[in-house]
Amino acid sequence: MKSNTARSRAYKIFSIIVLIILAILFLFPLYWIITGAFKPAQDIYNPEPVWLPTEWVTKNFDNLFNKRSAPLYSIFGLSGPTAPAAFRWLINTVFMSVTAMILTCATAAMAGYALAKKRFMGRAILFSLIVCAMALPKQVILIPLLKEMSALKLYDSLWAVIFPTVGWPFGVFLMKQFSESIPGEILEATRIDGASEAKTFITVVLPMVKPGIGALAIFTFINAWNDYFMQLVMLPSGENYTMPLGIASLQAETSIDMGLLMAGAALASVPIIIVFLIFQKYFTQGITMGAVKG
Amino acid sequence: MAKQAQSKMSRVLQRRENVAGYLFMLPSLIFFLGFVIIPMFICIITSLTNTNMHDPGMFGSFIGLKNFSDLAKDQVFLKGLANTFIIVIVSVPTVCAFSLWVSSAIYKLKGPVLSAFRCIFYLPVVTGSVAVTVVWKWMYDNYNGILNSVLKSTGIVEKGINWLGDPKTALWCIILILFTTSVGQPIVLYVSALGNVDQTLVEAAQVDGATDLQVFWKIKWAQMMPTTLYILVITTINSFQCFALIQLLTQGGPNHATDTVMYYIYYTAFKLTEQSGHFGYANAMGVVLAIFIGALSALQFKLAKEK
Repeated sequence: MKSNTARSRAYKIFSIIVLIILAILFLFPLYWIITGAFKPAQDIYNPEPVWLPTEWVTKNFDNLFNKRSAPLYSIFGLSGPTAPAAFRWLINTVFMSVTAMILTCATAAMAGYALAKKRFMGRAILFSLIVCAMALPKQVILIPLLKEMSALKLYDSLWAVIFPTVGWPFGVFLMKQFSESIPGEILEATRIDGASEAKTFITVVLPMVKPGIGALAIFTFINAWNDYFMQLVMLPSGENYTMPLGIASLQAETSIDMGLLMAGAALASVPIIIVFLIFQKYFTQGITMGAVKG
Repeated sequence: MAKQAQSKMSRVLQRRENVAGYLFMLPSLIFFLGFVIIPMFICIITSLTNTNMHDPGMFGSFIGLKNFSDLAKDQVFLKGLANTFIIVIVSVPTVCAFSLWVSSAIYKLKGPVLSAFRCIFYLPVVTGSVAVTVVWKWMYDNYNGILNSVLKSTGIVEKGINWLGDPKTALWCIILILFTTSVGQPIVLYVSALGNVDQTLVEAAQVDGATDLQVFWKIKWAQMMPTTLYILVITTINSFQCFALIQLLTQGGPNHATDTVMYYIYYTAFKLTEQSGHFGYANAMGVVLAIFIGALSALQFKLAKEK
């Protein structure tokens, strides 16, 4: 018995050590992006490992911002003042992710409520269609989507990325899981009080599924931000570039200037990581809810 | 009389439910049908045609199953398919085992420590495939990559290894990056599943003298089966779709050593080749890929059910 507890203690210490090593390895690429962004050229091309910049410089960011310029925004034919292209990429990415997030949350909250609480005809068929679609590889439909988008004259606009993101059924599925927990009696009571469907939804349903909306919002935001393949297929011209596309295009042009690329990678990833860290509680809840209760 | 009134009443109620249900579904359905279901049908239909990217119309002329029979003879596609299967076969079990081990090591830790570990393992997903790929490209670099400089300065190797340029190592380099970006979600899921394991069963088994290992396999593993199944399915889908890494790191090279089906679909549809812009052909590959993923998911479901 005694040797048994000693062994389990030794195993515990061993596993903590392994975990810490793994954590360092998993953090390393991010560390390398951030320090790399501030390294001077002699550190970057040094064949010996340079663990910390010998001198913290902003030259890489200067290069990134001075390399290309673009109008800061262009909506309805109006163009903003000329600014570094990286800012435009950032604005495009934020616009795209936020719009996709709002549309997804609004449509999915309504649909999830209907699927969970409304006994309409065809509900079961619709729900199984949604579950099947979720199991399909999203990227397989990208090439046909391109044809459809060019027929709709949406190709090469941010909407071509936003609409398919909104259509992806995961959000509806997640919101249905959250809506299941709304007690039927409360809905019944509001109906007897004579509240309209819309009023019931806004005043009773929405407050109760708030955690679900939080989870879906952060999930959609991060996915839209990082969906490189979709952006690559849908946004061929430079003015609609997003952060990931911009970095990828820099990479294709100057695959040698690693400092510049790290500055770009830092600019693309640090904002989204901060958003993730702030909302990570919702995020964890959303991932779990979407999986287990299915 | 009363009965009639009642059935009329319920019919009215049912109609109200129908109207309300569909009104609530409508916005979501527009996007779902328009940008998921319709492209799916376009994919299937065009895979039977010779549609070209440069054609103005949606559908070219019908050529039956010719695209599929061409695929069976296409060496590059077969190589890509083989690579895709290697990626799936290696990464799915390792991702599952790794995340199960990490989760069982961290799920009893204190709240903030647990959160910290969970976040760290999730970070590569959040960082985004492009940023992750760019930094790995530098780390793998032949001349000034950190991997080679560490190996050289510790004297393990004399000359730097051309990680991405050598057909023997390139695919494994990609699998490693894919691995780091795949374990985040399974760890979150396993941690929560382990927390939900019925403690009374665990205690009862311990009273009966079961060892930790027995408790783990006989009780926890059995109860986590639905989670494991979900993880297997999502990891399989993710591995099949491995694209950004390949497009940014190796573009399928060297000598097709890292070609995957997903990359070849993109290549066929966009890059200048003999098959340039051959949309129908690319979609035929998409259909084949979807069939494989569907079949594998079904198989995993069946195996999990039997257990």
